[in-house]
Amino acid sequence: MKNNNLHANALIIGMLALIMSCGQAGKNGSNGALSGSIAEKVYIAPGERDEQYAFLSGGYSGNLTVYGLPSGRLFKEIPVFSQFPTSGYGYSEETKPMLNTSFGFIPWDDLHHPDISQTNGELDGRWIFANGNNTPRIARVSLSTFETEEIIEVPNSAGNHSSSFITENTEYVVAGTRFSVPVPQKDIPIKEYKSNFKGALTFISVEPEHGHMDIKFQLLMPGFNYDLSHPGRGKSHGWFFFSTYNTEEANTLLEVNASQNDKDFIAAVNWKKIEEFVNNGGGTKMASNYAHNVYNESTHTATSTIKKEVLTVNPADVPGAIYFLPTPKSPHGCDVDPSGQYIVGAGKLSANITVHSFDKMLAAIEAKKFDGDAYGIPILNYDDVLAGSVQSGGLGPLHTEFDGRGNAYTTFFISSEVVKWKLETWEVIDRKPTYYSVGHLMIPGGNSRNPHGKYLVAMNKITKDRYLPTGPEMEHSAQIYDISGEKMELLYDFPTHGEPHYAAGCNADLLVNNSKKIYRLDENNHPYGIKSPAEARVERDGKEVHIYMSTIRSHFTPDNIEGVKVGDKVYFHITNHEQDFDVPHGFSMIGQGTSEILIMPGQTKTSLWEPKKVGVWPFYCTDFCSALHQEMQGYIRVSPAQSDIQLSWSLDE
Amino acid sequence: MKRAGILMILGSMLLAGLFVFPMWNIRLGAPQYPEPLGIDIHVNGLRGESEFDIQNIDGLNHYIGMKTLPKPEDMWEFSVFPRIVGSMVFLGVMIGTLGFLQKISPIWFLIWFVVMSILGALGVYDFNLWLIDYGSDLDPDAILKLVNPDGTPMQYNPPLIGHKKLLNFDAYSYPRIGGILMGIGMLFTLMAYYMGRKFQLSTK
Repeated sequence: MKNNNLHANALIIGMLALIMSCGQAGKNGSNGALSGSIAEKVYIAPGERDEQYAFLSGGYSGNLTVYGLPSGRLFKEIPVFSQFPTSGYGYSEETKPMLNTSFGFIPWDDLHHPDISQTNGELDGRWIFANGNNTPRIARVSLSTFETEEIIEVPNSAGNHSSSFITENTEYVVAGTRFSVPVPQKDIPIKEYKSNFKGALTFISVEPEHGHMDIKFQLLMPGFNYDLSHPGRGKSHGWFFFSTYNTEEANTLLEVNASQNDKDFIAAVNWKKIEEFVNNGGGTKMASNYAHNVYNESTHTATSTIKKEVLTVNPADVPGAIYFLPTPKSPHGCDVDPSGQYIVGAGKLSANITVHSFDKMLAAIEAKKFDGDAYGIPILNYDDVLAGSVQSGGLGPLHTEFDGRGNAYTTFFISSEVVKWKLETWEVIDRKPTYYSVGHLMIPGGNSRNPHGKYLVAMNKITKDRYLPTGPEMEHSAQIYDISGEKMELLYDFPTHGEPHYAAGCNADLLVNNSKKIYRLDENNHPYGIKSPAEARVERDGKEVHIYMSTIRSHFTPDNIEGVKVGDKVYFHITNHEQDFDVPHGFSMIGQGTSEILIMPGQTKTSLWEPKKVGVWPFYCTDFCSALHQEMQGYIRVSPAQSDIQLSWSLDE
Repeated sequence: MKRAGILMILGSMLLAGLFVFPMWNIRLGAPQYPEPLGIDIHVNGLRGESEFDIQNIDGLNHYIGMKTLPKPEDMWEFSVFPRIVGSMVFLGVMIGTLGFLQKISPIWFLIWFVVMSILGALGVYDFNLWLIDYGSDLDPDAILKLVNPDGTPMQYNPPLIGHKKLLNFDAYSYPRIGGILMGIGMLFTLMAYYMGRKFQLSTK
């Protein structure tokens, strides 16, 4: 009896100690149900600013969205591949060329994978790149203006999906094709897919000063589907890794026919070796047709050039540059850890995560231990390159990022969770549910040598009941987790715009001081810009009427215009003379077959109007610029086509 | 007397700081201007505290019918003041040097100080006249014509020194480094006089 009491006392004391220690752990800010207020961790008080930027892809919106972490507040939607009436992107005469392609003007795309430029494997905050998946394109967005500056079309590609990832000094932005196609395109039966279709992996060089892109070479790979990719870093810098599926080379009912092989491949590409080959005159020039569109910040105008040639490389011509690493079950994510040693392949139909070792891969190549080849490309032995396999307990791994403390975090679509596991021991440390069916995740800096392992954002594909219902269509949901402790902690849940397929993030201080406040009027070299209202005028050139107009709070100069005729093409070239932060003016004209334009201080934009009806028609400022915004308006008199009324213009006469 | 002479030279030379640094500053902050707009008043003209502040203040002032801020050529003060300051620096250094060499009595230090004080007072008087004119000589066609509770037109002159509320703006007017250096310099010349005088008395 006495003994039992002793035991009971010991038990009670033990439990007390446990409870107390839990309480203390909570006070110290570590994880668990007893930790301090979660709300405090995401609450950014009015007037305070977030710690980090998050750039989420908009998927089928074609745009990029900018959020703050940890608050989840939306700051901006940056138009990239889609016309955007909010600013007039793709509607203004200056930005229409940005959406030009070899197919003509394409007003939309499916934006997938943003990636921030790097120097020495760390984020440098100069640019963010993004891929258009549908009509293959790569865009470069300035992180000082947060505007799209350049778009290059990728020829011989289709479903530009294993893109737009960059090498660790931004030497290249890489674009791989998801769908293999005949290269060059030709009229052949679809059944002749096998061996006739090619998968182009495109290496686009990035000029270091201005970021201008140019296709250095295209590697014409076997006709698999190239799904995602990542650069080697540190010791593996110089290599690029691409996950593949449909190594079966099926051309119909892929959900079954491309899921037959037990293992597909991760393709390891030694791009330095191919670069050397190309620099020494290697490769074959192929006639091609693709658009290169560049926006010039000084003229505020984009130009589109059609390029006619691309340099292609046949893998057989560069022996020893490409190897296949067998990877189970149609791998999706292909992620490289901060050290560059581990290449993580997430077999999306698998329960486990496969991790390859870069060192073992080099050793196997050195020893020439191959297990056959595919179209002449050596296949390494699975067991020779395998570093380890994570017995996850989940189903459907997709994408892995890292915290810089030796841990990896993988999303599981089917089991709807994020799993934290340890590199090298491959043991699972923690798992947290997501809401619901997470696709990708993002740790700011996670795709670099130096991740900022504090927050993790999980981007989900399914929303269902998370928010107030908004009919059948809902925005996707995202969750923010605190990953600073041993266990992950769900902090917050917020809706995202479009379909975020991927994201990139960085510390706020990398960008805040470089963010432009205005464009300098004295540096405006737009051919139709005016530096002073005294230069405002209207000129006729046949059927074209050019209106050189200026804006300042709160009037247009001129604001009364006569002599315009039905059938004219009227170009409003509007220069915003403000030089004050956050004072745009807008412009719109009644019956205009295009969107309004929003003109930032010091900028010139052009809006086209084709008057169809006789009368006196108003225009107005669309941005609430000042207390007298409602007065910011003007009239244009439109006369019949045969009228002989001369052009005249005025302000306050 | 040597130390007094050095102090006199130093003090009058501090005035030359006005050629480098602003004398005075007026700052206008409002809810929508978390970074206030600022005018730096230099001896030879007005400059924006940030590059486009003058243009932006003029832009706002047009609503209430104020004139644009003067360019250097618009006000005689901006060409005369630098000459006066230059002359006073020259004279101060001369007097100090002669005092250092014990060629003149320290009473000249005091005379310099008094002349400088009178000129300074006139400058402040002139500055205040301009502020009042700038804030009250309004365009009759102004967009916003505001009146005080007693029916008189509202005036928008910033304070000579200190804080004043002007509609949604908080106006702050304070000396800047050029003006502060001038004040310290003048204090030095006054100290130079007392030191010189003490020396003179002790050697009698």
